[in-house]
Amino acid sequence: MKKARFFLVSAVLFALLAGTLSSCKPKKVGGLISGDAAQKVYVAPGELDEFYLFTSGGFNGQLAVYGLPSGRMLKNIPVFSQDPMSGWGYTEETKPMLNTSFGYIPWDDSHHPELSKTNGEDDGRWIFINGNNTPRIARIDLTTFRTAEIIELPNVGGNHASPFCTENTEYVVGNSRFSLPLAGKDDVPINSYEENFKGAATFIKVDPTNGEMSIAFQIIVPGFNYDLAHAGKGVSKDWMFFTTYNSEQAHSLLEVNASQNDKDFVMAVNWKKAEEMIAQGKGKKIPARYMHNKYDENSHSATSTEENEVTIIMAEDMPGLIYYMPCPKSPHGCDVTPDGRYIAASGKLAATIPVFSFEKMLKAIENKAFEGQVATIPVLKYEEVLAGEVPQTGLGPLHTEFDDKGFAYTSFFVSSEIVKWDVEKRVVVDRAPTYYSIGHLCVPGGDSKKPSGKYVIALNKITKDRYLPTGPELTQSAQLFDISGEKMTLLLDFPTIGEPHYAQAIPAEKIIKNSKKFYKIEDNTNPFVAKSEAEAKVVRNGNRVDVYMIAIRSHLNPDNIEGIRVGDEVYFHITNLEQDWDVPHGFAVKGARNSELLVMPGETQTLKWNPDRPGMFPFYCTDFCSALHQEMQGYARVSPAGSNVPLTFSGGANAAE
Amino acid sequence: MKTRLNSIFFRTLAFAGIVFIAGSCGSSTQAPATEEAPVAEVITDTKAPSNSKGVGNYTDVKLGEIDAAKADLGKAVFVTKCTTCHKLTDEKFVGPGLSGITKRRTPEWILNMVTNPELMIKSDPLAKKLFEEILSPMANQNISDEEARNILEYLRQNDSK
Repeated sequence: MKKARFFLVSAVLFALLAGTLSSCKPKKVGGLISGDAAQKVYVAPGELDEFYLFTSGGFNGQLAVYGLPSGRMLKNIPVFSQDPMSGWGYTEETKPMLNTSFGYIPWDDSHHPELSKTNGEDDGRWIFINGNNTPRIARIDLTTFRTAEIIELPNVGGNHASPFCTENTEYVVGNSRFSLPLAGKDDVPINSYEENFKGAATFIKVDPTNGEMSIAFQIIVPGFNYDLAHAGKGVSKDWMFFTTYNSEQAHSLLEVNASQNDKDFVMAVNWKKAEEMIAQGKGKKIPARYMHNKYDENSHSATSTEENEVTIIMAEDMPGLIYYMPCPKSPHGCDVTPDGRYIAASGKLAATIPVFSFEKMLKAIENKAFEGQVATIPVLKYEEVLAGEVPQTGLGPLHTEFDDKGFAYTSFFVSSEIVKWDVEKRVVVDRAPTYYSIGHLCVPGGDSKKPSGKYVIALNKITKDRYLPTGPELTQSAQLFDISGEKMTLLLDFPTIGEPHYAQAIPAEKIIKNSKKFYKIEDNTNPFVAKSEAEAKVVRNGNRVDVYMIAIRSHLNPDNIEGIRVGDEVYFHITNLEQDWDVPHGFAVKGARNSELLVMPGETQTLKWNPDRPGMFPFYCTDFCSALHQEMQGYARVSPAGSNVPLTFSGGANAAE
Repeated sequence: MKTRLNSIFFRTLAFAGIVFIAGSCGSSTQAPATEEAPVAEVITDTKAPSNSKGVGNYTDVKLGEIDAAKADLGKAVFVTKCTTCHKLTDEKFVGPGLSGITKRRTPEWILNMVTNPELMIKSDPLAKKLFEEILSPMANQNISDEEARNILEYLRQNDSK
């Protein structure tokens, strides 16, 4: 109530003053900001947020975009799941994006957004996200906020340790949460797990010019559960670190059986060395079937290409490539400090956070300070690689991100809090409760070399009493904390779409400047484009009918079509001829059994329609585009199969000439 | 970010009651400046000739002989970006028929309308009146200065026939 009154008063005062003061630009504002939470998150109508926040949708398979500090939702980008609102996965042009070696799959479970990096800093070019269930990685182009590419990962089960990238986005990685027998050798008893099941640390090369992904190699590693990963940076940039649990190699009731060992591992992979080994021909090509889907921005169409082999190297045959560092109790997060010197890993069932020293790790390798081995892979001595443990932290540490002042922020699921600690001194300096059951957390730039010290965002699994109830299913949420001072201060709760599993945030200015406003009609190479009113037409070829239709405020052309017959396969190819920002047109036809189209300016999208009965079928624009939007409509006449009604089409006076 | 901080600044001022500072900004009692034309012309017939140059970047355009090569280039852009709404006859389609347009309007007005229709509809009395008649705003088709000039040449050629 108090908050509401504050907003009312401030809004009125602001409105009174804004007009008269608009020419008066203050030079320094920092000192005038009070400690009031509402003020710190209030972005007045018409003003813009400072950061973009990209949160995964978890089980909804998408990626949501919010503004910070307001928490206002801006967009839900369809990635691995169909989206009838935009036609993603329904239109002829986008269907190939969801193709896999298992066929068309309309859903996945998306977990970790990862911004592309240049010199270890978020560069705002692309954001990657993993699909867990049918192992895939997607790349979203941040000029268009559209999924540009999806690649499937063979030999991987549950692509959870993904898609974290190296310092210059040389590679993004994937790895098996469910180790599996290699493809083609997988009809084996489950209880042969120890012998047959393997992880596959997959390195996907990213083309620095256009972002295109290709699987460079897979390192076949012992059959544990590979959980999360992060690349080294600076001094440790040549290494990739993965956490593993289930070093017990249990294959049933993991809740109990994978929690027996006192320690599991952080697996350190020297990817630079792996690259050299591949260059020396030490890799082996094996058959592996997977799909590689790309969306072309000029043809506005996707292609899905089948790949048939992958290069693997066996970790146990390559000494010096991989080392295991013991880590207490089922480690989960695996996070590298901005300077690359330390790796914080969090044992889900532990009460302390072990902080590993990269420098000590190199020394331990040099001195062969091994306490044993897994297959032939050395296990380094815990004490020899440990910088220290952060004591008395909390219960169930999960993930850590960093600020620009030498502090780390670790989420605690069980005790439902964020704990702030000093990286060098390894002591807890502050703690803040979260509501409730925090999973990941996010500091803008928090996994990069240049974190911002402004906010930490808690990504919560449970909200119980925090929002109006909505039946058995409640929203999940994010919480924004101010971390600019010594104490973390809660500023804002906001609900999220799906599960906000992990998120990354980036200063808006890095993205705004490259944001695309429309697609140039001159560049449209879609084979079914109609680049002008004059190119609008309807063509029959057997029982296939192609409608080349244009949309512009406020008409469709052709808008009268006759001569379609029951049993025809009708393709409505809609080209939006607008060349201005924020003027999409929609398209829907009565009885279509897929979705609508939402066509961006300059773009062509295609809806397939199988009329199954004679009749008169209205179609219309679904996106309110102008005062005469309600006039933007037409009719398709469907006659019985074998009818003699000739194929005709028209669009207003223009086509009647 | 700047704009957000500014608003916080203003509201903070308001809370602190330091409203008098507003006076030091000079123009505190004036209405905010707009791009409104100073005299509100009353337009009754949108088909009548007008000497208005409209509102926008074009204030002085010198015309020479009709350049057929430019007109050809203009035609290509016109077909893609304009024919969805305009015909070259005097028949109204979505927008007005363009026959005689270069006789009725100044080159500046035409170029301003083609390149920046939003500003024209907001600030030019004639464009405003046309919008009131037609209701669909003239679409900004992101036509470059060069393309606009070529289109003008094409329209001049059409009117010279």
